[in-house]
Amino acid sequence: MMHRLDYAEAGLISGLEVHQQLLTKHKLFCRCPAGLYTETHDGEVLRHMRPTLSELGVYDGTALMEFKTRKEIVYLLNRANVCTYEMDDTPPFLVNPEAIDIAMELCLMMNMDLIDEVHIARKQYLDGSIPTGFQRTAIVGVNGWMPFRDRRLTVTHVSIEEDSCREVSDKGHRIIWRTDRLGMPLTETVTGPDLRSPEEVREAILLCGLVARSTGRVRIGLGASRQDVNVSVRGGSRVEIKGVPKAGYAVKLVHGEAVRQVNLLRFREELHRRGWRGAEDIRLQVSDVSDICAEADLGFLRRALQAGGRVCAVKVEGAAGLAQMPTQPDTTFLDELAGRIRVIACLDEAPIVLSLAQLPEFPQKHRIAERLRKRVRLGEQDDAFLVFGPEEDCRTAAEEIRLRFADATQGVPQETRQALAGGYTTFERILPGPDRMYPDTDSPPTKITEARMAEARARMRPAPWARLERYRSWRVPEETGHYLIRRGGAEILDAVVERTGVDGLVAAIEIGQRARALKRAGLPIQRLGVEAWVQVFDLFTDGLLPRECLGTVAARMAADGLDAAEAARAEGIALVPRERWSAELQALTMEGYLGERVDTPEKRLRFLAGKAMAQLKGRAPAAEVARYLKDRLEATR
Amino acid sequence: MSTVPLQERTDRFQGYRGAAREALDRFQIGVWSEVELENDQGSRFTGVILPRSETCDDLHVVVKLFTGYNVGIRSDRIVSARETGYRKAVYKIPEKEFPRDPKKKNVTLLGTGGTIASRLDYRTGAVIPAFTPGELYGAVPELADIANLNTKKLFGVFSENMGPEQYKALAIAIGEEIEQGCDGIVVGHGTDTMSHTGAILSFMVQNSPVPIVLVGSQRSSDRPSSDAALNLMNAVRTAAECDIAEVMLCMFGPTSDNYDLLHRGTRCRKMHSSYRSTFRTIGATPLAMVSRHPWEDGSHFQYISDEFLRRDRSRKPVITPVFEEKVTIQYYYPNFNPDIIDALSGCGYRGMIIAGTGLGHVNKPLYPALKRAIQKGMTVAMSVQTLWGYAQMYVYDTGRDLLDLGIIPLDNMLPETAYMKLGWVLGQTDDPARIRAMMTTPINHEITPREPHNGYLILQGGLPEVDAFVQKHWK
Ligand SMILES: [Zn+2]
Repeated sequence: MMHRLDYAEAGLISGLEVHQQLLTKHKLFCRCPAGLYTETHDGEVLRHMRPTLSELGVYDGTALMEFKTRKEIVYLLNRANVCTYEMDDTPPFLVNPEAIDIAMELCLMMNMDLIDEVHIARKQYLDGSIPTGFQRTAIVGVNGWMPFRDRRLTVTHVSIEEDSCREVSDKGHRIIWRTDRLGMPLTETVTGPDLRSPEEVREAILLCGLVARSTGRVRIGLGASRQDVNVSVRGGSRVEIKGVPKAGYAVKLVHGEAVRQVNLLRFREELHRRGWRGAEDIRLQVSDVSDICAEADLGFLRRALQAGGRVCAVKVEGAAGLAQMPTQPDTTFLDELAGRIRVIACLDEAPIVLSLAQLPEFPQKHRIAERLRKRVRLGEQDDAFLVFGPEEDCRTAAEEIRLRFADATQGVPQETRQALAGGYTTFERILPGPDRMYPDTDSPPTKITEARMAEARARMRPAPWARLERYRSWRVPEETGHYLIRRGGAEILDAVVERTGVDGLVAAIEIGQRARALKRAGLPIQRLGVEAWVQVFDLFTDGLLPRECLGTVAARMAADGLDAAEAARAEGIALVPRERWSAELQALTMEGYLGERVDTPEKRLRFLAGKAMAQLKGRAPAAEVARYLKDRLEATR
Repeated sequence: MSTVPLQERTDRFQGYRGAAREALDRFQIGVWSEVELENDQGSRFTGVILPRSETCDDLHVVVKLFTGYNVGIRSDRIVSARETGYRKAVYKIPEKEFPRDPKKKNVTLLGTGGTIASRLDYRTGAVIPAFTPGELYGAVPELADIANLNTKKLFGVFSENMGPEQYKALAIAIGEEIEQGCDGIVVGHGTDTMSHTGAILSFMVQNSPVPIVLVGSQRSSDRPSSDAALNLMNAVRTAAECDIAEVMLCMFGPTSDNYDLLHRGTRCRKMHSSYRSTFRTIGATPLAMVSRHPWEDGSHFQYISDEFLRRDRSRKPVITPVFEEKVTIQYYYPNFNPDIIDALSGCGYRGMIIAGTGLGHVNKPLYPALKRAIQKGMTVAMSVQTLWGYAQMYVYDTGRDLLDLGIIPLDNMLPETAYMKLGWVLGQTDDPARIRAMMTTPINHEITPREPHNGYLILQGGLPEVDAFVQKHWK
């Protein structure tokens, strides 16, 4: 169900952080191959993470929170794609210059100011997604823009960074990561908070994707680009929705977050009405109710108790009805509690937390609920929350319940939320601040010289908006233009038009529509590069290949690795120059039949065409032959 | 917002030279200024000016942006800069009172430098250790569960700058701490020369009643995944509770956060430039494993060896803080030139350890030079560059010739240990017979009569059985 929301009235503001893998041979700080994924491992390493100080002597809030979770972190290693750098047993090698070059091209495309001297910083992540405990990252460009609708979308900065591990599982206090992706070079493009609706967010994601692909030097495919979307409403806070996999998904996610923030602001009003203004107003008591819950016929409780855990009731005074108030569309404040408990207390068995006011059905429910209410002395105005699992984790959970209510008295907490299937989000971590960043003492700065900048400029491919404008002038359908840029065909199209002089629209249709159809039909047409297509269109413009045969020849080239002339021959398209076949036909048609005006012109044309094709055996384009014959017939009339 | 006037800031240009320094001067800003800065393309940067590393050029100004990133801005591109505040960084680990418990053992941590807990230095880009009990407690609060900790900073030098002066001072300080009655001593040390210090302390401090534990970190403590905290916890645990009253190194066993190994100071070596589990006992087994969490038997220690000096508070240590500095170590290689030996002898070197090939060999062209050196009074002793195994110079003729020249065979003494021992011996005597006797009589297992079959283990990665083993046990 889509809850309606007037975004302008709500004051929706959104911006993007787009992560894009770069097409380099090696990883960013070591010589391991980039883009080689494996599903098996031949080694394991166990680590823990402790927060470290920033240069200003402060611990970052997120870092401390993540430290509280006390996770055992396991890394799965495969010799094929990781070395001792990724497992943090070897310092970084010098930053991969290929990656910097690509980032520079991307920056220049977005009209950015390149940083004179690039400094590597460390950004702490204690969730274990990077074995060092920090991501190496550096700003390469600032202060850019892209044309967007009828205005400019500002690009605050582009940084280069190493990709993180892939999560294998996260159960209780043990999280397992696969390291193959770790260390691959990424760019992060950060836009200004310029977007005003979910639809704009979707368009901006698509635009960023087009820009990246226009460089021709980024990876494509599943997971090669991922976006985080920052959302806030008036009076709310910046919340980062992490891991939006596709532009289309952003619409529902952004909408849902806007609704959530509006609801949380209402929730705050309700708390204030109840006299809760801060953490000190939240009174809660924790009781062990394992004995009572042992009698409840609920699988998750039984399993927790059998594993030696406890069930605790966390009574919050004056909280009646609060957990049932709405947040995201179709979710309630109870989900806010569940998210924090799952991540920080590591209690991940569904349903994670229950409100006593809303227990699921089970035999003897009323009797047990009554005993629970009695045990915790639940008043009319109160609510109690059941958590279950290891005793220490239950205590952490109780504390998180307190903290989440405390945050709610202030409004919307700044946090990172994970995008889930179905367009919902769940708590991932408190939004990290600048305190988690400090310089990387292992890496020297990289100077971006004028010469290097000039080289990047010379290599640079046209920006998507420039291409689209040119394609529009050729009357190429908008969708086809986008497709060509997105899938790399634009590079071929531009070269073909420039080198063969073929009509732009014809080439765009052949490459962007016909070839695409052939690819869908399973022909490996994507194997053909610029040179191959230039050969094909050369034949066409020389009149040696009919237009309807372009695709056939290209498909044959791709399938059998032939050049264009060979492929045409193999397809039985013998290529005869126009002068020759017209001469042959002239001789043919002059042999009497043209002059006999017995049959209707149509019948005569059919007859002639039949004879002509038998004579030429497909060595000339049928449409042109037909046109020729028609002209001849009309001339002799 | 600070009120410290520009002129009174002593570190205003820290690390800046030339054009970059002029720019700071021109715009009335300096290091630790919070600035709004604009360049010739209209890009605006807001952040804090950081000190400049002296190894970098004199053209760029480094700003830590308020977003957390650092950027270097070419000083000739700055068109305007305005100070909006001044915030001098205090590199400080939160300092808290270290809680004391009369029931817990008292451990003294002696600091020599190194990176057990640290902060960053922007001038050099280096990592600077932080040290007081309060700072350590702030950084590794778990220490308070293990022992009562006192700390003394002896010097703040990097591992490679440790030398005879420091060794002597350290030995004396250890003697004093033992005298004061502490239950164990931890020495914080950089890892590069930790085993050298382990060796010399084994000779300078003998008969210790309590454990003396060297500890450091391979991966700096300014990273969340550092081995520093775990090493420190295990070292303090060892000093407080372990039964082995010897000079030991306490460093990671496997690369995972699992357990530390206690290596004997005379038998240990750094074997990888950066790996966490870099220290290996050579030609023997480690003394014990120590773990933060107790093993199944409830103990934090698993003893691998039973040949060691046991903790005994009544024992009196013997401190002999002497060292002859005119000692060298020479790594033999084919084409080693005899000039080198003549030159060393000419420079007055009194002792030389050769790390010879195979069973302890050098080639014949060196013999005359060795003979001259020994005749001039130089003590020349032979260890093996294979690290594992014995110098058995009687096996081949070449070895016998060398013995005839008067070269002392050192059996399976590690080259660096041999160097430390020779310096220590020559600090006490110049009597050739006594030197020979002292060098060949082991003090603390620097020579062992037997090598256990598992004293030599270099697992070959890639073999299926080794990979299977490593995956199962050694991760
Ligand atoms: Zn690698």
